[in-house]
Amino acid sequence: MVSFGPIMDLDAAAWAALLLSLRVATVAMLCSLPLALWVAWILARKQFRGKGVLSALVHLPLVLPPVVTGYLLLLSFGRNAPMGRLLESFGIGLAFHWTGAVLAALIMSFPLMVRAMRLAIEAVDPRIEAAAATLGAPRISVFCRVTLPLIFPGILAGAVMGFAKAMGEFGATITFVANIPGQTQTLPSAIWTALQVPGGESRALTMAALAGLVALAAVLLSEALARRVARRIAGAR
Amino acid sequence: MLEVTLRHRFDGFDLDLSFTTEGGITALFGRSGAGKTTVINALAGLLRPDVGRVVLEGEVLLDTQRGIWVPPHRRRLGYVFQDARLFPHLDVRKNLTFGARYAPRGSQGADFEDVVALLGIEPLLDRAPATLSGGEKQRVALGRALLCHPRLLLMDEPLASLDGPRKQEILPYLERLRDGGLGLPILYVSHAVDEIARLADRLVLLQNGRLKAQGALFDVMADPAAVPLLGVREAGAVLEADVIAHAEDGLSTLAVRAGQLELPGVQAPIGTRVRLRVLAQDVILSRQRPEGLSSVNILPVRVDAVHPGDGPGAAIALDAGGDRLLARVTARAVRDLDLREGMGCYAIIKATTVAPGSIGR
Repeated sequence: MVSFGPIMDLDAAAWAALLLSLRVATVAMLCSLPLALWVAWILARKQFRGKGVLSALVHLPLVLPPVVTGYLLLLSFGRNAPMGRLLESFGIGLAFHWTGAVLAALIMSFPLMVRAMRLAIEAVDPRIEAAAATLGAPRISVFCRVTLPLIFPGILAGAVMGFAKAMGEFGATITFVANIPGQTQTLPSAIWTALQVPGGESRALTMAALAGLVALAAVLLSEALARRVARRIAGAR
Repeated sequence: MLEVTLRHRFDGFDLDLSFTTEGGITALFGRSGAGKTTVINALAGLLRPDVGRVVLEGEVLLDTQRGIWVPPHRRRLGYVFQDARLFPHLDVRKNLTFGARYAPRGSQGADFEDVVALLGIEPLLDRAPATLSGGEKQRVALGRALLCHPRLLLMDEPLASLDGPRKQEILPYLERLRDGGLGLPILYVSHAVDEIARLADRLVLLQNGRLKAQGALFDVMADPAAVPLLGVREAGAVLEADVIAHAEDGLSTLAVRAGQLELPGVQAPIGTRVRLRVLAQDVILSRQRPEGLSSVNILPVRVDAVHPGDGPGAAIALDAGGDRLLARVTARAVRDLDLREGMGCYAIIKATTVAPGSIGR
């Protein structure tokens, strides 16, 4: 039986890893939300040349080995890369910095978020939106008053997926921003580190349980919210 | 007043027509695939035709030559779709008020209480669209369109997805809308001749994307040339009659210009004017005033025109003291009776042929 008692005895490094992971996952999820929604919208509704390329590009992190994604990030945003130097001059350091972990998590979770939102957008009948337009609503109002409420469960699902994926992201993160305790050591990195130390299994197990709890809470919360929205749409008040 | 010229080609279908409407209800009639929905979508701005010009009360909504295209949300045309298209996430009240904020300040139109009362949807206000019946949905959709204060109401077969009783539930509301004080012009798309005969003031006939006839309802319905367009079983003149008396045996007496008719199932109170639709196939012609017939509805008429059909039938336009009737007889009967323009004869209308649904106003 797994005992949750040791959670209370978490050492400072483990706490730091948990808090960093929560921060990275939250920021990554919030940053990619509007962009993912926009890309999902384009993929669901627009017909244009290069749509297949865009779709492939978005989904690439899903199939690429995470270590390769991390390496590509290092090549593009490292201290010696042009993009990295440009951002550095604005005071935004990515490599070996927690913001780099955000970027890695964002890119890795992006395809999952786009996927969930795209499905939701495709489920909205464009004829309902056309009806809103005939009632005098400009495009932006149609989106805010009709489309957005209808795809809200999908956005929620995408956000939770993205958050969970960002919480668990390991390969690309450790490659891009390394594993510096207190700075870039996320929960998965900390678990991995604990497993490298003889006798570190109980620490690893505690942190693993913690990661599981966070994931479970996120999923339960989104389920409850989605059920409420679905109930409202179905009319059972 | 609405002026429409459209040319559009897609998927082997070719639309090319122009027509005008005035106030009241203009019916756009045609079989499935005649291009009715294409026309109405082009008017609403939901479809961009290859070539076209649409002018509503002097305002150009579309002119492909001059590159004018007013987007749907600025056209201020109410659109009642065949499938209602209510917003599933909003209750009935919020569906109804959705468009109110977009209506121009000070625009003339129905207010919330009036529309709710007109359509009888007060008990539905807090319900969700998913819990409504088809007829209820259509009423809410109609109210929603009215409350955005449109300049013209477009209705795309609003009754086509409803069964008989549900249709009868909506029709009186449409009649109230027509006869009420709103004065809102309506373009009513339908392939049901009975609805059109009951509701429309003006009729535009389409076939395969082309205009075949347009004019006042009474004129077009009485035009023998329109018989193949409406269908030989559906064609028939529409005339107005005044309800004079209701007898205890269920028959009512109605006055038309050439005489009186005895008809069953007339609900309208005495003194009201109703529309009668007399199917062309239910009018029998006789050269002499017939005696000893079971039918008592015999009107003296004069032959206006003899219109031979493609098959063995012929359509005869009749003048009944200023009212017009249409009779469909065989070409052989035309020969045997020697029916010619200007000739006097008698039209026999079987009492049972005027269905209750065809009487209204």
